[in-house]
Amino acid sequence: MNGTTTPTVSVKGLWKIFGPAEHRLVGSADEALTSAELRQRHASTVAVRDVSFDVQPGEVFVVMGLSGSGKSTLIRCLTRLIEPTRGEILLDGEDIRKADAVRLRELRRRRFSMVFQHFGLLPHRRVIDNIAFGLEIRGDDKPTRYARAQEMLSLVGLEGHAGSYPDQLSGGMQQRVGLARALAVDPEVMFFDEPFSALDPLIRRDMQNEVLRLHHEVGKTMVFITHDLAEALKLGDHVVIMRDGLIVQAGRPEDLVGAPADDYVADFVRDVPKSHVLTLRWVMREARPDDQLDGPEFPPRTVIRTAVHAAAATDKPIRVVDDGRLLGVVDRAQILAAIAGLEDG
Amino acid sequence: MAAPALPLASLEWRTSRRFWGVALLIVSAILFVALRNQWLLPHDDDAEFFKSLNGLRDWVDANRSSNLVFVLVVNTIRLSIAGLFDLLQGILIGLTWPGVTVLAGAIGLIFAGRRMAVVMVAGFLAFGLLGLWESSLDTLALTLGAVVLSLAMGIPLGILAGRSDRFQSVITPVLDVMQIMPTFAYLAPMALIFLIGPPAAIIATLIYAIPPAIRITALGIRGVSGTSVEAAVSLGSTRWQVLRKVQLPMAKRTIVLGVNQTIMMALSMVVITALIAAPGLGLDIVQALERVNVGVAFDAGLAIVIMAILLDRLATRASQRVDVRTRSGAAESTRQRRVVVLGAVGVTVVAVIVGQLVAGDGTFPDALRITFREPVNTATAWVEANLFGLTNALKNAVTGVLLNPLQTILTTSPWWLVGLVAVVAAFIVSGLRPAIVTAVCLLGLIGLQLWQHGMETLASVLVGTAITLLVGLTLGVLSARHDRFAAVLRPILDAAQTMPSFVYLLPAIALFSATRFTAIVAAVIYAAPPVIRLVEDGIRGVPATVVEAATAAGSTPRQLLWKVQLPMARRSLLLAANQGIVLVLAMVVVGGLVGAGALGYDVIAGFAQREDFGKGLAAGVSIVLLGVMLDRITQGAGGRPTGPGRPVAVVPPGTTIQAGVTGA
Ligand SMILES: Nc1ncnc2c1ncn2[C@@H]1O[C@H](COP(=O)(O)OP(=O)(O)O)[C@@H](O)[C@H]1O
Ligand SMILES: [Mg+2]
Repeated sequence: MNGTTTPTVSVKGLWKIFGPAEHRLVGSADEALTSAELRQRHASTVAVRDVSFDVQPGEVFVVMGLSGSGKSTLIRCLTRLIEPTRGEILLDGEDIRKADAVRLRELRRRRFSMVFQHFGLLPHRRVIDNIAFGLEIRGDDKPTRYARAQEMLSLVGLEGHAGSYPDQLSGGMQQRVGLARALAVDPEVMFFDEPFSALDPLIRRDMQNEVLRLHHEVGKTMVFITHDLAEALKLGDHVVIMRDGLIVQAGRPEDLVGAPADDYVADFVRDVPKSHVLTLRWVMREARPDDQLDGPEFPPRTVIRTAVHAAAATDKPIRVVDDGRLLGVVDRAQILAAIAGLEDG
Repeated sequence: MAAPALPLASLEWRTSRRFWGVALLIVSAILFVALRNQWLLPHDDDAEFFKSLNGLRDWVDANRSSNLVFVLVVNTIRLSIAGLFDLLQGILIGLTWPGVTVLAGAIGLIFAGRRMAVVMVAGFLAFGLLGLWESSLDTLALTLGAVVLSLAMGIPLGILAGRSDRFQSVITPVLDVMQIMPTFAYLAPMALIFLIGPPAAIIATLIYAIPPAIRITALGIRGVSGTSVEAAVSLGSTRWQVLRKVQLPMAKRTIVLGVNQTIMMALSMVVITALIAAPGLGLDIVQALERVNVGVAFDAGLAIVIMAILLDRLATRASQRVDVRTRSGAAESTRQRRVVVLGAVGVTVVAVIVGQLVAGDGTFPDALRITFREPVNTATAWVEANLFGLTNALKNAVTGVLLNPLQTILTTSPWWLVGLVAVVAAFIVSGLRPAIVTAVCLLGLIGLQLWQHGMETLASVLVGTAITLLVGLTLGVLSARHDRFAAVLRPILDAAQTMPSFVYLLPAIALFSATRFTAIVAAVIYAAPPVIRLVEDGIRGVPATVVEAATAAGSTPRQLLWKVQLPMARRSLLLAANQGIVLVLAMVVVGGLVGAGALGYDVIAGFAQREDFGKGLAAGVSIVLLGVMLDRITQGAGGRPTGPGRPVAVVPPGTTIQAGVTGA
């Protein structure tokens, strides 16, 4: 990460409270109360509590948490589908909370788009018209929008289904339509609210790969909500973990797996195969004078699993090199320990 | 054009439907201009056919006491129902007015609690104070008689339909036809067979009120979960035990709803049977309307409204109680209830005895009177004097811009051109079968020698439907989008839907005096509430996820409405159109009483003058034909896919439980 680029999305001190106490609570002494106490005393729910984070251009930013932790509320606050109670949301430096209705629509039509858990397709329109919906309401003419929609249709692998109606497609295909619809407006940021939770595991895996591929091809900034840790680790460049409206940890996937901030996170990551997530940086040690420093060379971001072959082929330690600089070395012992899931190799 | 080649089927049916629709319009417009005023079927009041129907009446009259069928079947039925009515009426009179009033309160107390008891007593006192005690009791006796018979036949039939698919499939089309049949239509045959008076009135009411009893009972029985029935069967229950111990108790709530609706529909119809000389409040209204005395009609209308409210509240509260009681299984409250019941019976007996002693002949004391006759007549006169410009302008605008041109087109086109347009339109909108039905109905109209009157009525119905849909869409959309507006509108709609249709004639005639337009106004007031409801429900029924997705894509509220909510509410909107057109027809013909002319007036004239009987009977049948035709054309439209292959929701008209009273 370099600190010089403006984040695509920047969130500072965001709150969302549901209920009668919405505007009384923030800043008052009671804002520190637990959810249960708030519900009892003020009949209000704090769904998002003082959340801050930055999403860098081009990255996949994942928000993970159990159901009810406030993820959907958070992502809807970002596009103001839900009006935040307090806080700042910047899109490329522009304060979205200050946008009036017209500006907000403009942002939604051109800069954001969203993919929903339950697809939200229009059952009375054909697939092609669903994909073109965003273009249609912003006033693009028919040839333009059909051309674009057709392009998106091929991009998500649904050629030949243009004239179908959504209920003639399987769940996975419907969500591809949802994806294509979101991509069609060529947004700057795409928001995903648990897009694959309603799908079968196998199809879910396909769709995750699809998102990775699309991300690779179109390079959009993505904010992705999920309750599935494996999905978060697989897709996320950065992951934040939410609980009761709070961010309990933020970092790269391997940070979460390597150093869970608390028991809540530790619980999540316990069963994750560490060698699939942790990078060499996490298991390397300082090079000692007696190390043979002519073994295979890898960058520090390499996932352990990838280095297994090389490590097996030699008895020299693997050198972890960044920009020509030797950061440390990794022995076979450390790799084996990571594969076995042992703490601190 | 740089339009990309789309892998779409060549011409979509939706587009092609529009194409054929436009083509039909153009071709028929050309034919109309070229051939107008030829191939007409002008009306003839003295058509031979009407006379032969008079002959039929004469034959029936002559053979009433000699023909075996009449002696054994018809007369037996007539006499037993007359007996039932006399019995109910006799009981009510015998109880005397204090007795009846206190009994009403007691029933309210036992079935619906203390507040209802007070409301009941107040309501019955109001009947007396308005000087309408006898009329009210007559109406009540007729309603009770019809309800008792409807339930005694309807619930068993409903159970049967709920348990047997075969029976269900036989009875459903019959009920469909019964429900779209405008009430006006079968008064004449009833009068022919059973003579005018209470028995014919009760039978006509029975026909009108029994469908919901059957339908909703069947719905309730079918709604009982398959697993419950399976569990009972697996324990070795007989069919009878399954019915008594599982299906009936579990369907009770739904069946009570059916009872409620049956009562309200019966009341609505009993009022209309005044046209075949049934006594009661309806007769008061008819006579007042004949003398164009709105004030007198108002008092009777008010009494009907009060009775409707009492019956509806009583039935609703009672059904809610059934619910609470079954759920809490209150064992210790049983004793408490027994005390209440005994007390109520005691007080009633005392009241009857007092009544017998004080009010010997059972009539309400003349000294106590409240009437709205003068104020209402004054108000009507004021409206006439001061709002005439406004009401007249409105009347003339609608009549001049919509009604007259449409009526002219329909009555001056060649008959086959109108028929052709209707049949092709039916085919385009709904398919082959509705097209055939349309053709048959129109040929029937010709055969009955009532083509011209049919076209005049049709013009009124179309204009009324257009206005109803406009009003219904506007208010329905508004209340779907603004909760506050909906909260204000809902109680008004609730009240409107419990009113017997006859009542709607009064404001219409007060504002617009007797014209075709008056009938259209009454029809709009009558048909708009269910249409508003259906529109609102349809729009609110659009899944939140879809609305959210469209909002997230940047839709304006208007785009949301036109591109998402209205198209997705299509089925509800089409159902609304269907209900709207059927209800408008029913009311437009009743509007014969307030100057609507055409078929509705033919029916009324048939009751009034002996020599017009045949024409009235034919007009009744014509109304049914129009009703069936309009219903089929609009009902089929809902069956077309929003996406092909989608299962069609089967919503028979009238099963919309909460849509309340349908038909007139
Ligand atoms: N419209 C609402 N009104 C009141 N409470 C809400 C509303 N939406 C969400 N909540 C509450 O906010 C909390 C977070 O919900 P949500 O954002 O949907 O969580 P998640 O998406 O992580 O499952 C939950 O306790 C939920 O009950
Ligand atoms: Mg959620």
